[in-house]
Amino acid sequence: MRRLSTFNIVSLTLGFAFLYIPMVILVVYSFNESKLVTVWAGFSTKWYGELLQNEAMIDAAWVTVKVAFFSSTIATVLGTMAAYVIVRRGRFFGRTLFSGMIYAPLVMPEVITGLSLLLLFIAIGLDRGVLTIVLAHTTFSMCYVSVVVSSRLVSFDDSLEEAALDLGASPFEAFRLVTLPIIAPAVISGWLLAFTLSLDDLVIASFAAGPSATTLPIKIFSSVRLGVSPEINALSTIIIAIVTVGVLTASIVSKRQITQRLKEEAQAD
Amino acid sequence: MAASGNNEVFAPWKDRDAVPLIRIDQITKRFGDFTAIDNVSLDIYPQEFFALLGPSGCGKTTLMRMLAGFETPSEGRITIDGVDMASVPPNKRAVNMMFQSYALFPHLSVWDNIAFGLRRDSQDKDQVAARVEEMLKLVQLSQFARRKPHQISGGQRQRVALARSLAKAPKLLLLDEPLGALDKKLRQETQFELMDIQEKTGTTFVIVTHDQEEAMTVASRVAVMNNGQLVQVETPEVIYEQPSSVYVADFIGDVNLIEGSVAALGEGAELAWAEGRASLIGQLGAALSKGQSATFAIRPEKIAISSDEPLDRRNRVRGKILDIGYLGNLSTYHVELPEGPVVKCEVGNRSRIERRDFTWEDEVWLSWSDTAGLVLAR
Ligand SMILES: Nc1ncnc2c1ncn2[C@@H]1O[C@H](COP(=O)(O)OP(=O)(O)OP(=O)(O)O)[C@@H](O)[C@H]1O
Ligand SMILES: [Mg+2]
Repeated sequence: MRRLSTFNIVSLTLGFAFLYIPMVILVVYSFNESKLVTVWAGFSTKWYGELLQNEAMIDAAWVTVKVAFFSSTIATVLGTMAAYVIVRRGRFFGRTLFSGMIYAPLVMPEVITGLSLLLLFIAIGLDRGVLTIVLAHTTFSMCYVSVVVSSRLVSFDDSLEEAALDLGASPFEAFRLVTLPIIAPAVISGWLLAFTLSLDDLVIASFAAGPSATTLPIKIFSSVRLGVSPEINALSTIIIAIVTVGVLTASIVSKRQITQRLKEEAQAD
Repeated sequence: MAASGNNEVFAPWKDRDAVPLIRIDQITKRFGDFTAIDNVSLDIYPQEFFALLGPSGCGKTTLMRMLAGFETPSEGRITIDGVDMASVPPNKRAVNMMFQSYALFPHLSVWDNIAFGLRRDSQDKDQVAARVEEMLKLVQLSQFARRKPHQISGGQRQRVALARSLAKAPKLLLLDEPLGALDKKLRQETQFELMDIQEKTGTTFVIVTHDQEEAMTVASRVAVMNNGQLVQVETPEVIYEQPSSVYVADFIGDVNLIEGSVAALGEGAELAWAEGRASLIGQLGAALSKGQSATFAIRPEKIAISSDEPLDRRNRVRGKILDIGYLGNLSTYHVELPEGPVVKCEVGNRSRIERRDFTWEDEVWLSWSDTAGLVLAR
């Protein structure tokens, strides 16, 4: 380990302070006794209790989790399939166009994605609710999954699949028994990424959500417009905790994946 | 060597009625504008142990991959057991291949790797287990059955790959450098195992090897390849004793090559090689005409070395010892002829005294019989 110079320590501290001071303040005030957000009146967990009583909030939370689960699962299946075809099936007609189109939503402004989805739902007469939010989230998180999975597939040794075919496995069995278990860590981190993206999303969800279902970010955003309440602070603290756990899991999984890959590469030598 | 039961010599390629297992018919394979396999035709017969030999990049793996079904020929046709392979996918071919890179499944244990192919045939569990155990014993890896591929050594991995490809007892087994990473002893044991398996199961083997000694030991026939073409396809003895070209002679074993031109053609051929010297006499190894430039090829072990002039032999040359190498069972002498060429000669060390006969700078005579050398087109 190298020792850090004073300059490095200062820049590191400043950087992290910049990133985390707002969140720390939010977490601290969620335990504030007072109703006034800016005045400290002693420690209390009463806002967490009140949050649990707030049914609209709980409903929104439940919708958010459901949407995140289904959209990330569908996005993982579709994204993995797309990555597989683009990376592994060699050159086919329209491959460049197809792969370009998969990644386009990554750089597309969310407002445009949301608006176009809204127009589509209206055009085909789909009532806005949980289903439309799931569809909308699947659409944009699928490309993230396919980026993560295809970066793993690029370094996947073709001869493993050939060996499976050679031993009598059908192409689907070869995928299920050999390719999928090997790329599983990438697929899992793709799923986690899609899941967190869906949890966070406000812009696209507000286009796709209707009166029958709102997600937590929409709910929070609209209640904050009426004034910040300590209840929202408590909720945000819970969300921060969940996201932290999610990010940690994802990074552990992908770290394992890297170690695993290094091992495989060492084996190939 | 592949045996066919009785004392008959196994040589189906000489039998007009024999039906080949593999028929490779004018195959060409191009990658872009690079031709990896150039119009190759070849018949391989059931129960052969067929070796492919050639320098790196000459197309051995590519030829194997076409047999296994991973590459489609750009031109030509491959028939296995009478069936045109053009539309048969790899998983439907009764062919197993051992990959040059082993291609072991990293997420499966040694045991599961070997069982993989057996399970695809939906054999029952006990049968699979018995077969896997048998294979593990064969490659001496029983105690490593539960390990993952990255937890064993390179040579052990190679043996797992071998066991995996053998497990299904396929009709045709393609081995791409199966024994490269093994030490000499294990290598020889495995060679004999392979020959044993071959005799027991009647499997046809096509084996790629860089080791010509291995090709000589195990193969019923050897194909020497160069730049995507077959240079010569023959039994090991013929390849060694009667190479059809300088390329083959030079590729297989040690050989002395002396340049010259054809002086006379009779029962053998005479090669004029130096001003004022008697011609060298050898067998005619290729169609040649008088006056054409040619090369005289003679194996080092066919040359005798002596201090007195061997007047009973017509092929004799005089030179000075440049270098002596002692290899345990034999000694090699590099003798420089005043005409230019350096000739290598190998003498067995039957007694201790024999190898002390000569030392550096000694003037010696080299000689060989009229039929020991070959005159080949350049
Ligand atoms: N997929 C491919 N695309 C382009 N060129 C290829 C491809 N596969 C093989 N080649 C080329 O074809 C030639 C023959 O390759 P091949 O792998 O058959 O050689 P080899 O005889 O097995 O060599 P080695 O002994 O080193 O394994 C090489 O020049 C190689 O670069
Ligand atoms: Mg090769």
